[in-house]
Amino acid sequence: MKVLLRNPRREIEIQGRRRVHALLAELDLNRESHLVIRNGTLVPGDGELHEDDVIEIRPVISGGS
Amino acid sequence: MSGNVGSKCRTCREPAIIDLARHNANFCAEHFLELCRRQVTKAIEKYEMFDRDDRILVAVSGGKDSLAVWDLLIELGYQADGLYVGLGIGEYSDVSGEYAQRFADERGLRLITISLRGEYGYDIPTASKATRRVPCSACGLSKRHLFDKAALDGGYTAVVTGHNLDDEAAVLLGNTMRWEIDYLARQLPVLPARNGFPKKVKPLVRLTERETAAWCIVRGIDYLVDECPMAAGNRHLGYKDTLNAMEAQSPGSKAAFYLNFIDRMAPLLADHATVERESVHACSECGAPTSGDVCAFCRLVATASAHEPVSVPMMLKGRR
Repeated sequence: MKVLLRNPRREIEIQGRRRVHALLAELDLNRESHLVIRNGTLVPGDGELHEDDVIEIRPVISGGS
Repeated sequence: MSGNVGSKCRTCREPAIIDLARHNANFCAEHFLELCRRQVTKAIEKYEMFDRDDRILVAVSGGKDSLAVWDLLIELGYQADGLYVGLGIGEYSDVSGEYAQRFADERGLRLITISLRGEYGYDIPTASKATRRVPCSACGLSKRHLFDKAALDGGYTAVVTGHNLDDEAAVLLGNTMRWEIDYLARQLPVLPARNGFPKKVKPLVRLTERETAAWCIVRGIDYLVDECPMAAGNRHLGYKDTLNAMEAQSPGSKAAFYLNFIDRMAPLLADHATVERESVHACSECGAPTSGDVCAFCRLVATASAHEPVSVPMMLKGRR
């Protein structure tokens, strides 16, 4: 699957199917600070991502105080 | 969780779109939005933030939190205009202003715009360099002053900011790590109007930033996802990382840390906050409340506007 990452913006390719939580863990991303979006829709932690999916992993942390 | 069946919404058992570990539950889009509305309503009512007669000014950046809070307030039936301050942080500011304006235009909302460079002769990178403040400090000082001034000039009865639970928990952790009692005493979701300051409120304190971002995605709100180039690596982000590492181990930690501070600790500091408030008078130049002769904003404007402009790349280069 194609995975779009942000800050900095980049795209990576992941082979095979994954659950969202497994993908985040594999990429060492905290599930509390990221959302996974497929076709404009959120996918929950146990949602399954398929080989031909295009997804975005969006960080949700802002730096201002 | 096991098996091939996807998670279901706690309320209606339809397929879920988000898992919220701190609520130990999953939600569909409709019931996730309902949960957000309920949390914001609870914050507004519990902390007596404002009512539907108030004229509210929302501090809008073009990011997820400010657009989410503006959207929520309008949806919940409050009267809220927006204020956007052009900070002059290169392309980042240009793009953030476009997101804010588009949001307002699409919904027929009123957005007031102020440009630091156009109206005060400086921008944040230049102010940071000229005053040797970290960028976030120069930025926060400028925005606080301009939001206060715009609210008072425009007859608004409350300034709303998009500070969420993560923001407040991170600031609380920072202040606690240094036992900054003055700051702790003032770290409340509502600061009442007093001594020339307007009332300031934070309706999103019961929502995490993962939830405010999800609100925007579910509602189709296009916001600026990219991080401010000046904020990268700041201490605030470090505190958020620390808290999120704890949250992953023990869901609900952030909410307990911050909301229990408000309920249990803040009342013990209330006397301290009162003394703090009484020691201010009017700035000799702009009339804004200050503890000195000339307020920090007027001093910053004097120094920054006299300095030659500094670009974002110059600023970032100087930092390394």
